[in-house]
Amino acid sequence: MYDFEFVKVGSLAEAVAALKAEGAQALGGGQTLIPTLKQRLAQPAKLVSLTGIAELVGVSASDGVLSVGGATTHAQVAREATAYPALAELASHIGDPAVRNRGTIGGSLANDDPAADYPAGVLGSGATVVTNAREIAADDFFRGLFETALEEGEIITAVRFPIPQKASYQRFAQPASRFALTGVFVAQYADGVRVAVTGASENGVFRWSDAEAALSSSFAPEAVDGLSVSPDGLIGDLHGTPEYRAHLVKVLTRRAVAAAG
Amino acid sequence: MPSVSMTVNGRQVSGEVEGRTLLVEFLRGPLGLTGTHVGCDTSQCGACVVHVNGQDVKSCTMLALEADGAEVRTIEGMANPDGSLGVVQQAFQDNHGLQCGYCTPGMVMTAAALLEKNPDPSEAEIRAYLEGNLCRCTGYHNIVKSIQAAAAALR
Repeated sequence: MYDFEFVKVGSLAEAVAALKAEGAQALGGGQTLIPTLKQRLAQPAKLVSLTGIAELVGVSASDGVLSVGGATTHAQVAREATAYPALAELASHIGDPAVRNRGTIGGSLANDDPAADYPAGVLGSGATVVTNAREIAADDFFRGLFETALEEGEIITAVRFPIPQKASYQRFAQPASRFALTGVFVAQYADGVRVAVTGASENGVFRWSDAEAALSSSFAPEAVDGLSVSPDGLIGDLHGTPEYRAHLVKVLTRRAVAAAG
Repeated sequence: MPSVSMTVNGRQVSGEVEGRTLLVEFLRGPLGLTGTHVGCDTSQCGACVVHVNGQDVKSCTMLALEADGAEVRTIEGMANPDGSLGVVQQAFQDNHGLQCGYCTPGMVMTAAALLEKNPDPSEAEIRAYLEGNLCRCTGYHNIVKSIQAAAAALR
């Protein structure tokens, strides 16, 4: 790991100011960034730790919306997001217990790993990503592999999830890494169903619109029976072919609908 | 160089570190607490698990400066004040919960963290909680038995 200057700030305003420096980068829980630095795949001049900013930590629910602070750990969401059980369940399977005690929702979303779990929950819920500068709809936030709508120095302060009537996240874990080989988040709202898929596409998380339409008219596992997912643009690697992932999308969607009840 | 201070196993410590110094490097180097092991160095194996403010974390994937002002507990802090083995450590010895011993400090710290949250875990809950701790010798059965015995002894 190359050396860097480390700064820990106590407020959002200080973080925004510190991130204006040349080569500065935000540090959440570090569960992806520190391994990346160890491999010398990044070389920030300065890391600005966001973990000491109390206003960025917490889970609360009101008026049908669950709000999660950007620096809230996966463990805290798993424990406290009782108003949105499917999201709590998603958070409870990220990484392992020690990783969940450090990793944060803002860090995960800003990194936008194509196999990360949170992007499926955020896109599948039609959530709003709130930053120090603006609010970004989930549909506009994810831009491809490790790419988001975030500008340089922009900090995720919170994520607001409309709480659905029913929801479930189903993932097929890659047996060695336990990352989602494919994961599907299904959420039913009064105005329709959303289906978001992670781990499968070369362009990162995406919505399966055919399934959304079918499930919006009939919320039952059989509703997707007649549909198929094209393997074009899906990931092929030693863990699974594009065809295999396409199959998993459908299987996991069925399972998610069944589990959502 | 920036300075860092924290409480480790009840003792106030401080030192100078680089921005990039990992918590495990600070513990094992300047503090000489070599009970915490580095296995994979990629936050997968869990040999480096310690408690920071009561939470189990992988000390190979946390910067030392992030622990500034924190309460840190390592495997050395699990023994009784007279130096005899603590309850979780003794349970591992009694149940042959270790063979080569490399993963053991992380296993003990993870087990202790689980038992603080859940004093009566099922076997399935124990196995699930060990997801981030790898053992290449005993195949987990005796580790699970050790944690069950420790849970019973602590209740």
